[in-house]
Amino acid sequence: MDVYRHIALSVAIWLPIAFGVLILLGGRRYPRLVRPLSAVGAGGTFLVTVPLWGLFRAGSYAMQFRESAPWIPAFHINYALGVDGISMPLVLLTSMIGVIVVIAAGPAVKERVAEYFAAFLIMEGLMIGVFSALDAMLFYVFWEAMLIPMFLIIGIWGGPNRVYATIKFFLYTFLGSVLMLVALLYLYYRAGESFRIAAYYHLPLGLTPQILIFLAFLIAFAVKIPMWPVHTWLPDAHVEAPTGGSVVLAAIMLKMGAYGFVRFSLPIVPMASHELSGLMITLSLIAVVYIGLVALMQDDMKKLIAYSSIAHMGFVTLGIFLFRRIAMDGALVQMISHGFVSAALFLCVGVLYDRLHSRAIHDYGGVANRMPIFAAFMMLFAMANAGLPGTSGFVGEFLVILGAFKVDVWYAVLAATTLISGAAYTLWMYKRVIFGPVTKPAVAGLSDVTGRELSFLAILGAAVLILGVWPAPLLHVMSASVHHLLWRPGVRLAGATP
Amino acid sequence: MPAALLYTAAPLACLLGAIIAGFFGRALGTAWTHRIVILGVAVAFALSAGYALPQAMAGHDFDATIYVWGRAGGLPLDVGFLIDPLTALMMAVVTFVSLMVHIYTIGYMRGDPGYQRFFSYISLFTFAMLMLVMANNFLQLFFGWEGVGLVSYLLIGFWYTRESAIRANLKAFLVNRLGDFGFILGIAAIYTVFHSLNYATVFAHIDAARGMRLVVAAGASWHMLTVICILLFIGAMGKSAQMPLHVWLPDSMEGPTPISALIHAATMVTAGIFMVARMSPLFEQSPVARSVVLVVGASTAFFMALLGLVQTDIKRVIAYSTLSQLGYMTAALGASAYAAAIFHLVTHAFFKALLFLAAGSVIIALHHEQDLRKMGGLRRYMPVTFAATWVGALALAGIPPFAGFFSKDAIIDAVSYSNLPGAGYAFAAVLGAVFITACYTFRMVFLAFYGEPRMDAHTRHHLRESPWVVTGPLVVLAILSIFAGMILIRPLLFGHFFQGALYVPQADNPLLRMAAHYHGIWAFMGTAFVSPPLYLALAGIGTAWYFYILRPELPARMARSLHGLWAILRAGYGFDAVYLDGLAAGARAAGKFLWRVGDVEFIDGALVNGTARLVGRIAAWGRRLQSGYIYHYAFAVILGLFVLMTFFLHRG
Repeated sequence: MDVYRHIALSVAIWLPIAFGVLILLGGRRYPRLVRPLSAVGAGGTFLVTVPLWGLFRAGSYAMQFRESAPWIPAFHINYALGVDGISMPLVLLTSMIGVIVVIAAGPAVKERVAEYFAAFLIMEGLMIGVFSALDAMLFYVFWEAMLIPMFLIIGIWGGPNRVYATIKFFLYTFLGSVLMLVALLYLYYRAGESFRIAAYYHLPLGLTPQILIFLAFLIAFAVKIPMWPVHTWLPDAHVEAPTGGSVVLAAIMLKMGAYGFVRFSLPIVPMASHELSGLMITLSLIAVVYIGLVALMQDDMKKLIAYSSIAHMGFVTLGIFLFRRIAMDGALVQMISHGFVSAALFLCVGVLYDRLHSRAIHDYGGVANRMPIFAAFMMLFAMANAGLPGTSGFVGEFLVILGAFKVDVWYAVLAATTLISGAAYTLWMYKRVIFGPVTKPAVAGLSDVTGRELSFLAILGAAVLILGVWPAPLLHVMSASVHHLLWRPGVRLAGATP
Repeated sequence: MPAALLYTAAPLACLLGAIIAGFFGRALGTAWTHRIVILGVAVAFALSAGYALPQAMAGHDFDATIYVWGRAGGLPLDVGFLIDPLTALMMAVVTFVSLMVHIYTIGYMRGDPGYQRFFSYISLFTFAMLMLVMANNFLQLFFGWEGVGLVSYLLIGFWYTRESAIRANLKAFLVNRLGDFGFILGIAAIYTVFHSLNYATVFAHIDAARGMRLVVAAGASWHMLTVICILLFIGAMGKSAQMPLHVWLPDSMEGPTPISALIHAATMVTAGIFMVARMSPLFEQSPVARSVVLVVGASTAFFMALLGLVQTDIKRVIAYSTLSQLGYMTAALGASAYAAAIFHLVTHAFFKALLFLAAGSVIIALHHEQDLRKMGGLRRYMPVTFAATWVGALALAGIPPFAGFFSKDAIIDAVSYSNLPGAGYAFAAVLGAVFITACYTFRMVFLAFYGEPRMDAHTRHHLRESPWVVTGPLVVLAILSIFAGMILIRPLLFGHFFQGALYVPQADNPLLRMAAHYHGIWAFMGTAFVSPPLYLALAGIGTAWYFYILRPELPARMARSLHGLWAILRAGYGFDAVYLDGLAAGARAAGKFLWRVGDVEFIDGALVNGTARLVGRIAAWGRRLQSGYIYHYAFAVILGLFVLMTFFLHRG
């Protein structure tokens, strides 16, 4: 086990990348090996990450499973990895979604099959790298590199308008991260030429540089989440992305911005975070209320779920910037839960799209008559999206609302509107797609889920229910890190008492 | 066996039944499905009536955590049970009515392709309802609260190919969510004040919270406990369908009749009443909140009863009667007569389930015809259903010695003792509603069972009494609708049954004042003969008799001459229109505006593409440098960045 502690994260990063490269090189010659190899790569990665949970020492906020080696000594860049209670669940979520994506890439993926799987596997490793990097430059490299497979996934296997969507996605995310690089370089010099993220936590920065750094990070992270008003790339990207791309985008990539706030903004520039928390809360609440209304009017199911994602991520940023432990817990649980629920909903749309080649709500109606099992699963995920207690979607929203009331009653009032809007846009879509008589001939020819589809829906369904009925283990794993984040010695984000 | 295990077994037996019916129903077939599910509910009933109730009555309250749901920010969040007399009584009533409805369903749903799914849902409902009433904390209360809401949604839309059904279930869910919006804020307020969601902890610290105020704006603050009570009550208004959040209940009649009886009359809709009673220590701190409760309840009792007069669908008549009766219960809560509210909740559960199931029996006999105008003369064909309906109607109208008489009279008495602002209006409303209740109830009885048959010849030819699985539960519920009132009045209202479970300060307790005049059920009935409610009820029955038996041509003529009033009543005072054209249309319009103008035109159009155009114009001179490859641009950007950085770093 001791060996495992020192190599687990590296294996989790490089195993899928190695399989991806292997498939890329040999996939053309041995096309029949592509799917089995992908399954082994993704499944193996998942198995490698599972013991992280079991071996994690939950009482500690310290980075665990640490690895460190010099990478580019000339610039003091280290290959340093490690996870705490906040990033470890995200690593597990990533490896789990990696498996789901491989299962979900069914017969609908026909062109450049090898490249498709390779892109996903490489992206998976890079994303795990983002969540486990302890060196700022390493983080930045993973952060930027992970976008490339995503551009390719949307640009090659995407829908008709994929070029526009890819460029929009690229420009937004790229311009955002460029400013982050500036901030990191500034910190590098201030910390005496070090890229160690933890070294930045103790820099004596004045308020003005703090605010500038905060804003630089903000642009990078806000675009990724995405926060209002830099959110408009997401619906376009989702609409054009293939199902697997949407799943990864919604389940993992959106979390990176929020993770950035927690790993960089809050601990490095606490004064600025505090100073600008009003702005962050305002933007978050706009996302919840405004986007909730916009989601209501979407006819494209993917767009609707994309907007719903923005609103749900608004809860995450709200929870982070309330600086209350209960709200921070809620935000982090919401990140994991949204990983399950948004992935599941995009997969549900994928199941329908594979059959009818339409994402338009008005092309459906009465699907329950032909696909009862599918309808039952989609009901579960719709209810989770609407935050029904007993599903994972409830936990985060509930905790954030509790924390919000404590800070300001009106924050809670605005946040709680999601109970109404979330139910309205999700269940109205469900009604129009799943319920009703079969009036469209195409719907009449639908067949229920296959075993392959059933398997990924069942995995996510179980995850949604387990996290909903028993979030205690996840909350326990995170608690020490959350506490440390808000009450580091000398830095008090959340007032005097825990 | 340890108590925790036995208590846990009650909801779990129902959940297990639901899971088996849901996942394996098709393989098991119809007969085995209903056997297994009914066994589960029977176990729950046996545990409730045979264990929980005696234990609680013997003073052995149970309050313990079953498992730790989570711990967030130092706040313990648990799943745990509080079994005291209030909960034990609710458990017994819920599982009993549920059991009756399960048996009845065998007959009612026979041949329906969704037979197993239906059993799965109603068993899941019983599970969620038990979790709700057994909760010892607000988290689990909310879980049960939303759980019953989910099953209600699924069951209203059970026949999901009907547009009216799936419209109604969406409406029910969303209107309930309006209430939950208040409810969750109430829970958040409780957390803010008490740092706990556990009932016992909250109640123990009320004294400390008495002076707290909630700052809502600079210089403005509200009394915290009043805010909490009103927010919680908004939740109750959604679930228990109080004006103006009542609009979903009449439409919920789109669901199959057994669930109208179980969920939308006897149990789920009383969850709000139960919750407020459970929170009596909080509500007793706020006369303002109680005054709101009283006025809302009394208004619902009166105005919803009026709507019952103009309905033509037999189920909708009973639905409006449910609304009105829930109004009575709510009024009792406002008058601090929590025990009277729960007493009426119990008797109402029996006689309203009876009326619904009897209506269902009529509906099956008529091949799913629900229009009163196409009934008539049924008493000759369906004697058991006919007798059961009479019993239910007399109980609903409040005629002694039927169950509803005792509980309703107690509520009217209690309201008359209230000194809260609005109490005078409330008393007049609940009194007036007695007349109207008797009137619409017997209008329904006379239209359905008397006069000439108005159905087509084919239907009439096939008319027959329903099978025993249908009439059996009717007989049992009829017996309870006759006797429950006289048996329960002493222990529930004037005894020590609820001691420790319901809290009312002595000075405000209307039941104590009533107890001073209580000398047994015979004397109680005797007093009824010298007080107005009984005569109002008799007058109501007489009026219905005059209009629908003696002069059946009169109602149509009256509808013509009082056209304006009639139209207002038919439109339900226009509440639906306000929700549909105001709230729903407004939200859609706002959504469309924010999307088209906010996102597409402003953010994407003016900001993003505008910036792009600007950049494009500035960069036009450098067009020759453009290669069209994105990585060239990326390279240029990074290069430029390094130049900038070098500049800044060396300058500083």
